[in-house]
Amino acid sequence: MKKLVGLRGDSRLLWTALALFVILFVDRLISPTFFDIRMVNDRLVGSLINILDNSAPYALLAIGMTLVIATKGIDLSVGAVMAICAAVAVVLIKNYEAGATEIYYQPGVVILITIAIGAICGLWNGILIAFLDLQPIIATLILMVAGRGVAQMITGGQSPTFTNESLAFVGRGVVGGVPFPIFIAIGVLIIAILVVRRTALGLLIESVGINDRASYYAGIQARAIKLFVYMVSGMCAAVAGMIVAGEVKSADPHTAGLFSGLDAILAVVIGGTALSGGRFNLVLSVMGVLIIQSLLAGLYVSTLHPTTNLVVKAVVVLAVLLLQSPEFRRFITQPFRRAA
Amino acid sequence: MLLLALCVPLVTAQGSGEGLTIGFSQIGSESAWRTAFTEAVKAEAEARGINLLFSDAQQSQENQIAAIRAWLAQGDVDAIVLAPVIESGWDDVLQEAADSGVPVIIVDRNVDSDPSLFVTRVSSDFVHEGRLAAVWLAQATSGNCNIVELYGTVGSAAAEDRHTGFMQVIDLFANMNIIHSETGNFVRTEGKAVMESILSSEDPANICAVFAHNDDMAIGAIEAIKEAGLVPAQDILIVSVDAIPDIFDSLDAGETNATVELSPFMGGPAFDAVVAHLAGEELPKWIPVGGGLYTSRAAYDADHQ
Repeated sequence: MKKLVGLRGDSRLLWTALALFVILFVDRLISPTFFDIRMVNDRLVGSLINILDNSAPYALLAIGMTLVIATKGIDLSVGAVMAICAAVAVVLIKNYEAGATEIYYQPGVVILITIAIGAICGLWNGILIAFLDLQPIIATLILMVAGRGVAQMITGGQSPTFTNESLAFVGRGVVGGVPFPIFIAIGVLIIAILVVRRTALGLLIESVGINDRASYYAGIQARAIKLFVYMVSGMCAAVAGMIVAGEVKSADPHTAGLFSGLDAILAVVIGGTALSGGRFNLVLSVMGVLIIQSLLAGLYVSTLHPTTNLVVKAVVVLAVLLLQSPEFRRFITQPFRRAA
Repeated sequence: MLLLALCVPLVTAQGSGEGLTIGFSQIGSESAWRTAFTEAVKAEAEARGINLLFSDAQQSQENQIAAIRAWLAQGDVDAIVLAPVIESGWDDVLQEAADSGVPVIIVDRNVDSDPSLFVTRVSSDFVHEGRLAAVWLAQATSGNCNIVELYGTVGSAAAEDRHTGFMQVIDLFANMNIIHSETGNFVRTEGKAVMESILSSEDPANICAVFAHNDDMAIGAIEAIKEAGLVPAQDILIVSVDAIPDIFDSLDAGETNATVELSPFMGGPAFDAVVAHLAGEELPKWIPVGGGLYTSRAAYDADHQ
């Protein structure tokens, strides 16, 4: 197991898990019913379920983002891609609801088309970065800015709503009492781990991140690897967009996925993946997402004024990052060691 | 003769503004409400026979200033209607308009310039919207209610003022209290996430009502309430602000109780102000627009024929 998630004796899992448990414990202090889970209308209800459910779209973004960052890249456009894909899915499904029978309006096909649109967005980023040598932060900034405009054009500036249960199931379906987005996130995580750790792909991604030119001379298709990771990121954003749209049965091109990309980057960083490329860990990135969402869940039920939210979030994230830093731990334990 | 020629357009303009050319600088199209606002102004101008020059600033003050300067330079506008992106930095361009003798009407958001530089401001009264919501809730619960407040974006005038107005009223009732106040940033999914969390931590029997700073967050909260196995609008009362089309679907379905209108119909009062100003009338510096509270689609439709 330890080998599979790529830790090999790394203490990061321990410290990150500890941070998560501390935050959950504080949540429990704030709200005595925080760990309660009950069954309502065949659906599990409770704060812990909410955290997992709300984490699902961010976990998908974080998985894609981890691979991108591992190649020394960054993808600022995922929030905009979420908005584009949510808009595409909802506009297509509205045709189906209006009685259109063409194959590309069928719910299952709509989902596939939406994922393909996400892949195309990722391909666009990848081409700019891998073939035109644009800085990733600039290349994806272009789509981040333009994407929301594209989404607004697709919906005509409106926030269309839909009623189709098949598309809504992506975001609000329930299987065995558990919200469906949780299964999507876990499924994608398992597939991603198997692909990067059971094949050479993970190694290739790391090597491109550490030195893409050296990798190229060593015979690694660095450009193909980069195209691949940005496409994965785009596809993950597409599914995240459908989850968010399905949750409330509408696509809002103005706010869907707004700032989600930054939260995903934050989660990846909390998970210890280096922004300088190379080392990455998917499980820890997803734990980073859980940390952020557990923190938010606590803030939601606390009676703190909403103005304090962002500051509390920043302080906790800083604390988690310091806790993970061996240098910092050594620094604060030094006086005690000397005394001993 | 010249005097007569000058008088003619003014005389025909009385009441409707027919034949006037008015420049309208809009912020952008960032929300469905903003789009509705733009459409309402265009429709009003067409109905009155006003030649409307429309400029979409795409959230940029530079674009707005450039558009206004272009209109002034061409000398072809009788008045300018400005929905400013931000409050500050308007002194120079408003002074240029005043020097050119072109009256400026501010709509929606405010400017911090000297009031003598513009004719009047036509806008919603956010504080009043908060008061209306609270008054309805006080009446519906006889002044006994534990309230969850879904706050808008912290720091935005709409959120802060709606909160202020709401508190002004519920402070009058000893048994009306806000037990949770949390921001959902005016967004549907965040409204849902916040409500889910609160329902998980708080005994739902202890929650009497939700006051959402906009309809989108209310719609999110409705989903969370349904998922928690409760009946929205019955087990938990819901009142929100905006009166967007979707909230009327919820009212039809009996899943929410009331919405306060954030009127997008600011074109009419703005054009009236232009006409009155050109006719030499003295106008107040603020003209608040509409915003009734509606508990059914029929009542709203009856008011907006």
